[in-house]
Amino acid sequence: MHISFERRYESSVGFNLMLPLAAVIASLVLCSGLILLGGANPLSAYTIIAKTAFGGRFAITETLAKAAPMILTGLAAAIAFRARFWNIGGEGQLLLGAMAAAYVGALATLPAFSLIPLMIVLGAAGGALGAMLPAFLKARFKVDDVVSTLMLNFIILYVMLALLSGPWKDTATGWPDSPDILRAAEFPNLLRGTRLHLGVLIAGIASLGAWFLVRRTTLGFSIDAVGENPRAAHHAGHNVARVTMITAAISGAMAGLAGVGEVAGIQFQVMGSISPGYGYAGLVVAMLARLNPLGVVPAAIFLAAITAGADEMSRQTGVPVFLADVIQGVTLIAMLIALMFSTHRLRLGLSRKQTA
Amino acid sequence: MSALLEQVLQVGFFAAAVRLAVPLMLGALGEVFAQRSGVMNLGIEGIMLLASMAGFTVAFFSGSLWLAVIAAAVTGLVLGLVMAFLCVLLGLDQTVAGIGVTMTASGLAYFSYRLIFGEGSIPPAVEPFRTVPIPGLSSIPLIGPVFFNQFALTYIAFMLVPLAAWILYRTPAGLALRTTGENPYAAASAGISVGWTRTRALMIGGTMAGLAGAYLNLAAFSSFSFGIVSGRGWICLALVALGRWNPWLVAAAALLFGAVDALQLRLQTSGAIDVPYQLMLMLPYVATLIAMILSSRNAHAPAALMMPYRSEER
Repeated sequence: MHISFERRYESSVGFNLMLPLAAVIASLVLCSGLILLGGANPLSAYTIIAKTAFGGRFAITETLAKAAPMILTGLAAAIAFRARFWNIGGEGQLLLGAMAAAYVGALATLPAFSLIPLMIVLGAAGGALGAMLPAFLKARFKVDDVVSTLMLNFIILYVMLALLSGPWKDTATGWPDSPDILRAAEFPNLLRGTRLHLGVLIAGIASLGAWFLVRRTTLGFSIDAVGENPRAAHHAGHNVARVTMITAAISGAMAGLAGVGEVAGIQFQVMGSISPGYGYAGLVVAMLARLNPLGVVPAAIFLAAITAGADEMSRQTGVPVFLADVIQGVTLIAMLIALMFSTHRLRLGLSRKQTA
Repeated sequence: MSALLEQVLQVGFFAAAVRLAVPLMLGALGEVFAQRSGVMNLGIEGIMLLASMAGFTVAFFSGSLWLAVIAAAVTGLVLGLVMAFLCVLLGLDQTVAGIGVTMTASGLAYFSYRLIFGEGSIPPAVEPFRTVPIPGLSSIPLIGPVFFNQFALTYIAFMLVPLAAWILYRTPAGLALRTTGENPYAAASAGISVGWTRTRALMIGGTMAGLAGAYLNLAAFSSFSFGIVSGRGWICLALVALGRWNPWLVAAAALLFGAVDALQLRLQTSGAIDVPYQLMLMLPYVATLIAMILSSRNAHAPAALMMPYRSEER
């Protein structure tokens, strides 16, 4: 028997919308095997996750607060991947944003009203610089962006840990966490009694802004052109290196904002566990959204629900919480396979003779 | 500076450098096969972790370290086949597929470790491999203790270097593999099955990444931890480029990075330099980044690296 894939040139809108859904369902079905191994009923385990994430007003606001950093790291990956700049460094860029925010937010010498805007601007700038370095290395020295951004994740993490155990160490308790930011630097809450902070709004606005950028501006067009075919884009008059640098800056800024939100809206300081892998989750979010900035929002809410619910599910059923990590990885692979079906048709045949 | 030199110019330092180079050497040699055939195996990081976990579990319950090594190698082989399914049969994007495999395999490693060993405060440990001094050779001053008083797996890793070079440059299978990585269409018209060649390369790459994972917690360390690989797989990718896809140079690059790793460990424990230990831990990653900048200009990657091949599309 012979398996082949034929290029598909048209696919309906409904079919395209179905793909992420199919990937998510396939992933949940596959991972239910692990829940069985853990000695629980998959349906009841998933029900606990869904209830924890969406059962009631407070639960929903918690899930949204958790989705905010993933929306931003998802946008970071989506924009970069559109230009085929493989920014796997969202995690490190998030940490840079968090460090900048924690530093500025604790400065008592600054006027109180300037704290929040400065944290946002400098956090975004920190993330942007963190992504522009590998973009520069790629443009100037042809350094592979996948490996360089991954290396930077480790480097930035260790710099942060060194800061936390050195200059930023809490002198009173000896804990490796940075000084608390000032009250005036804390993001206001959108809803009283919840953790639905300004950062969630910023994530939503960023998603709309990124959509506008991609669909309605010449820069967005250039980004797609460079991603589609850099050589053709160059001949069509796009400055490939410049577009890549700008893309990297925007991408890194988004990830940096995710770090700002975690510091200013949730933790009010930096500690070693400030990001439980939000940067890597962003890669899954971006792929699930098919690199569409608006699609990033539901994709991030899905992953946030899984991470938010996994703890409770683990407490109640004894199934290890790391189920969430497996679901993330399997969803990424399932989506990649689903995407192939949007451009290719599976052909099973007995003959090898086929024409494209 | 003299304190630094004092730390380095010791037999123990060189022996540690060799010991820490072996997992990088194994992983990177396997990756040479994958990349020479045209597939970048970004799943290597996760493959090393899950294989390490599998090996540790088998060692813990069976007490047989060699059975554990086999289990880790088989785990790597299976994950190599998964990469082949995604990147060769389906022809998916190698970057995203590789990251997906790494995320899934890492998640599975954490999940199964917690499932099997629970959340105890004392991590379970196994009696690791002991060094096997080679009679005669191990008593040569300097060279003896550095190279000939190592683990059996270390000797195997060193023997795999000439073997890999011989397969790649001196056998028809190696020629087919290199042709596939440079020009799959030419390879196909010469009657080579591109899919099977790449699948075999990924099987070799996965198996060797599995061996690297086994080495990490059965020889280098004696227990499994979530951070046992912590980027060593990614560093292997950089070593392949630094060694210009040549097994000999890749092995040399791995030795160099083993030395960097040994140096940071030594500086951490000796306290010879007053720097936070986190900055020492950073050293291998910084060295990798610098090595990539220095090497990538004149690097000649296989021409068809990262290009999926579908015989119907040209």
